[in-house]
Amino acid sequence: MARMTMREAISKAIWEEMERDENVFIMGEEVGLWGGTYAVTKGFYDRFGEKRVRDTPIAEAAIIGGAIGAALTGLRPIAELMTINFAFVAMDHIVNEAAKLHYMFGGQFILPLVIRVVSGGGRQLGATHSQTPDAIFAHFPGLKVVSPGTPADAKGLLKSAIRSDDPVFFIENATLYQSKGEVPDDEDYLEPLGKSKVQREGDDVTIVAYSKMVPAALEAAEMLSEDGIEAEVVDLRSIRPLDMDPVIKSFKRTNRAVVAEEGWRSYGIGAEVSARIYELAFDFVDAPVKRVAQAEVPLPYNAALEQLALPQTEDIYRAAKEVVHG
Amino acid sequence: MADLVTMPKLGFDMAEGTLIRWVKVEGDSVAKGDVIAEIETDKATVEVESSFAGLMFRHLVEEDTAVPVNAPIAVIVAEGEEPSEDEINALVGDAGGKTASKPAKGETKTGKKAEEEVKLTVSKPVDEKIKGEDADVSPAGGVRSSPLARRMADDHEIELANVEGSGLQGRVVKKDIETYLDSMRAEGRDEEAEVVGKTLQPLTAFSVGEVPEDEVVEMSRLRQAIGRRMQDSNQNFPHFYLSRTYQTGELMQLRKELNQLLPDSDKLSVNDFIIKGVALALRQYPNLNASLEGEKFIRRHGHVNIGVAVAVEGGLMVVVCKDADRKPLRLIAREVRDMALRAREGKVKNDEIEGSTFSISNLGMYGIDNFAAIINPPEAGILAVSAVQDVPVVVDGELTVGSRMKATLSADHRVTDGAEAAEFMQVLANYLEEPMRLLL
Repeated sequence: MARMTMREAISKAIWEEMERDENVFIMGEEVGLWGGTYAVTKGFYDRFGEKRVRDTPIAEAAIIGGAIGAALTGLRPIAELMTINFAFVAMDHIVNEAAKLHYMFGGQFILPLVIRVVSGGGRQLGATHSQTPDAIFAHFPGLKVVSPGTPADAKGLLKSAIRSDDPVFFIENATLYQSKGEVPDDEDYLEPLGKSKVQREGDDVTIVAYSKMVPAALEAAEMLSEDGIEAEVVDLRSIRPLDMDPVIKSFKRTNRAVVAEEGWRSYGIGAEVSARIYELAFDFVDAPVKRVAQAEVPLPYNAALEQLALPQTEDIYRAAKEVVHG
Repeated sequence: MADLVTMPKLGFDMAEGTLIRWVKVEGDSVAKGDVIAEIETDKATVEVESSFAGLMFRHLVEEDTAVPVNAPIAVIVAEGEEPSEDEINALVGDAGGKTASKPAKGETKTGKKAEEEVKLTVSKPVDEKIKGEDADVSPAGGVRSSPLARRMADDHEIELANVEGSGLQGRVVKKDIETYLDSMRAEGRDEEAEVVGKTLQPLTAFSVGEVPEDEVVEMSRLRQAIGRRMQDSNQNFPHFYLSRTYQTGELMQLRKELNQLLPDSDKLSVNDFIIKGVALALRQYPNLNASLEGEKFIRRHGHVNIGVAVAVEGGLMVVVCKDADRKPLRLIAREVRDMALRAREGKVKNDEIEGSTFSISNLGMYGIDNFAAIINPPEAGILAVSAVQDVPVVVDGELTVGSRMKATLSADHRVTDGAEAAEFMQVLANYLEEPMRLLL
């Protein structure tokens, strides 16, 4: 185990996989000479060379389209998009090709592709560069959509994604790059895709979260604990496939739940999770499930307004209190 | 944070109340516990106290309006707080009310737009809305309750309507069912409280494929002997039966006190007291401690030897506590326990099951209310003892809870008659109801 940031954990995962398998390569805007917009691939260019660390033009459709071609013909590409917002430019390649080729060609091809994107707001990047549209990508069957909340999970999940023969849409949260945690050194440390995980145990209320909302939920759980409420925090980790087992298991004990996501509430992860709770555990519902999510506005640029629109630890805390007392 | 005051439920069957007077007008400051309004129900006029502190921001209903229980009636805000119309509407909407829109009296809003807003809302008077169709729609099952609470109520066969809800808007939640079950247990209704869908058998239990084959088993010698003796007794002895209820409160108390002084191995059972009491009563009624000899003689036994029926595998045996009228309770307890244990292990000695002059059969431990036993020949009577129970009783014209036990004497009419047997039962009452006599 070593204590490191999520940035280092992600970097390490890619480095180790590139060392392990020469078919693994990375391509994207500024991943090479510059070392990555978020410095994830710093030092990679010198170690692995320009063929395996490929700088691309500012053309997301070309990045994803090229990566799909490489994957179909035997390589294991990691395509990096500077932000998830730019994935819209490559939407056809992502949802109509990456998600469907294996299926439409009767399994003749595998598509071992990882698309790494940066999601989330809170950095004053304005309405178009600060979105959290994770749910859109989780809507399409054929893609695995993964988004870690801790450095250890970031490493283990990304390594699993790179080794997976299926296309994986890997969502990193920019505000979590600096978050720190213990990360296993093991070069074969893998976390399973499509498996939720209990990050904190408690009997009074279930808080379901993923990505940036995981540390927020854990923090809220500590505040709740001071009020005598013990929250169980379930980290979804993958939003497709969505593993409800730990959520339902927890909910059957607590009978009350809050679902927290950074994205907008309507048609979001919280909507999906709470609907499934009602479907799978209706007889265990003791209070309406509460959703914590972003205010339904294009995210403001103004720093104070931006924070007001984004879901905060305090919001999760308050929602949990309401759910417990309702 | 604005708080919503709702029409309180002031009686079990109260469905609505008429708000007859606002005590706190809009703008008044309100402390917790202040009377804010007066309400008239079917039964009385009562004052509504505030559970919140702050300012009376808005009345949501006019005076002399009938309001359903739990419907919002007022909004109280913190000092200095000015919630927007949207916030108020959201608050009232969350609470299940239709809308809070009602112009604040005397309040002037800036600009023409604000005035228009107010006008718009004026055209929809609040009391009408609260009385509107939504108020008539009752939640699933007739009681506002969580799905979990409904399932628990089903499992435990509880009427949801009997459970007080503590959730939002009086919703019955898990905690309330648990509290209700606790209160059932506190009332001694443990078995009811523990019911978990037991009365419903799974349908698979009725599947024809699972019916076992008939089985023919050979009767054990014990079984045959019981059959012969009981048939002889029931066909040839003219039984008559007398039942009586005994007050057992003092006996239970005395037993508890005595047992505190005794080691576990010597603890007294209720039956030990009954053995002693019966033995002493028989001493006074020797005709019941007797056996018929031929057709012309009755033998009144000098010894009072009490037979105690013990269930053993495949049947029952009667172990005999000899001279029970002369033995202290503690010795009776030890002897009977030892003999019963040996009887169950098949190691009982012959002289321990012979020579009884009167028998007792006690099924109280099975919760039996009352039963009659068949006389154990050649005895003249047997006492069938049932469970000690807390039951409603009338004492001095008042209904109260008392400890009671029923016992039924089966007696041989060739030897004794109703009056004598009844006197015996009465004397037994003296011993059991003033159990100190058993210690003398």
